[in-house]
Amino acid sequence: MYSEKVMDHFENPRNVGEIKDADAVGQVGNAKCGDIMKMYMKIEDGVIVDCKFKTFGCGAAIATSSMATELVKGKTVEEARKLTNAAVMEALDGLPPAKVHCSVLAEEAIEAALADYYERQGLEFTPKKTCDGCCGSCEH
Amino acid sequence: MDRFVYLDNSATTPVKPEVLEVMLPYLQTEYGNPSSIYKKAASAEAAVREARKQVAEALHAEPNEIFFTACGTEADNWAIKGAAYANQHKGKHLITTQIEHHAVLHTMEYLEKQGFSVTYLPVDAEGLVSPESLKEAIREDTILISVMMANNEIGTVEPIRELAAIAAEKKILFHTDAVQAIGSLPVDVKELGVSMLSLSAHKFGGPKGVGALYIKKGTKIDTFMHGGAQERGRRGGTENVAGVAGLGKAITLATQKLEAKTERIMALREKLIEGILQSIPDVRLNGHRTKRLPGNVNCCFRYIEGEALLLRLDAKGVAASSGSACTSGSLDPSHVLLALGLPHEIAHGSLRLSIGEQNTEADVEHVLSVLPDIVKTLRAMSPLYSE
Repeated sequence: MYSEKVMDHFENPRNVGEIKDADAVGQVGNAKCGDIMKMYMKIEDGVIVDCKFKTFGCGAAIATSSMATELVKGKTVEEARKLTNAAVMEALDGLPPAKVHCSVLAEEAIEAALADYYERQGLEFTPKKTCDGCCGSCEH
Repeated sequence: MDRFVYLDNSATTPVKPEVLEVMLPYLQTEYGNPSSIYKKAASAEAAVREARKQVAEALHAEPNEIFFTACGTEADNWAIKGAAYANQHKGKHLITTQIEHHAVLHTMEYLEKQGFSVTYLPVDAEGLVSPESLKEAIREDTILISVMMANNEIGTVEPIRELAAIAAEKKILFHTDAVQAIGSLPVDVKELGVSMLSLSAHKFGGPKGVGALYIKKGTKIDTFMHGGAQERGRRGGTENVAGVAGLGKAITLATQKLEAKTERIMALREKLIEGILQSIPDVRLNGHRTKRLPGNVNCCFRYIEGEALLLRLDAKGVAASSGSACTSGSLDPSHVLLALGLPHEIAHGSLRLSIGEQNTEADVEHVLSVLPDIVKTLRAMSPLYSE
């Protein structure tokens, strides 16, 4: 049911853990639905130098978290804000239809961490529209 | 793969070699249609007759009370819709429980749309239905009660004899879904006092695609599958001869030496339960501690999600199942676990290990050697967990 890449990121997730002195922390999802993603970022001169995650969720939730951290590491904050769930899915060679919402959650988790960063910097943050409820799996 | 441990015997079981042996001729040389008149078909007709006798003997019923179906789900559908429609002139109220299999629950929901009203009895924290709650739920217009004999997820065994006696006193039909019970518990329809009982062959060493419904003589029930004169005109369709023959052999084998067999399986279950509870913190055993299927182990591991657990177990050669939302195909975790009163986040972390005849002590030891590390690793990844 899952691609080899999804299984690889599930079995050997990259960047698991917390960052103690993080410059940005974001959490999305809820335990009721069975998915919670928490992202931590270390940001220097507008560049994400480190990104770690903790996730409560299924195989796809863990794999998308892992891939999302990989995709934003080394990027500028502006570049990271352009990350889409489609890009996370593509990097994982696709997800089963019922698991698309996991990639949306990963995008939202990155977005939530960046919103926290903007706030800490006293910058204005304009939320982007991340999900139109297309998969019908969440409360959006 | 080094080791494969199959612990999903409540989902399905392998066909026993002796069962396969009795089935094969009816797929090849003895291919006649049991309804045909010529000699070639006589062996097929005899096979169906023999299987009906075997099922009847296993259940302590009469052969003419046994009707073959295509699966347990069909048997449940037939029992419930057939009895509801045939008796609706007496009333349109049905009673079942919140923890039934979807084959029963979704059939009940369908009947609600057809103008019937249904009471879904709650269960206690261990999954037991109380006879008192059944008594209270019975109305003047109650025509059918359906309560499963043993729950497929948490393994809790319901007090069917007591519940059926309440129904009999009020002259209400009583159906039980015994799909998980055959081969695990003694099943005697007379002793239980039920009007109808569903079973499925592949749960006890028979093939997939064949089940049966016991209908007590004199029970008013509509035909479900309209067609030819098969099953005395009550269930049309050419018999699945090989499947039916396999069902007959499988139920005979499954009910022989039941006590010795279940004692061995129960010992494995206890070893598994004790091992899990001792080696892993924050675990909850679901279902009744003693009134449970001999091979059922169902636990919730806090702070982690069931599907992730299953995938990690699969990587270690262990096949199991879960009641998490991700495996149920919906947003909500198992309706059974929610009916026990478990919060969603705990219900998401459930694991069912169901032991069968082929399992050994070494299988249990293998699970106990890999499970604690898997849980630990997943918890280390979980934002809900802190040591």
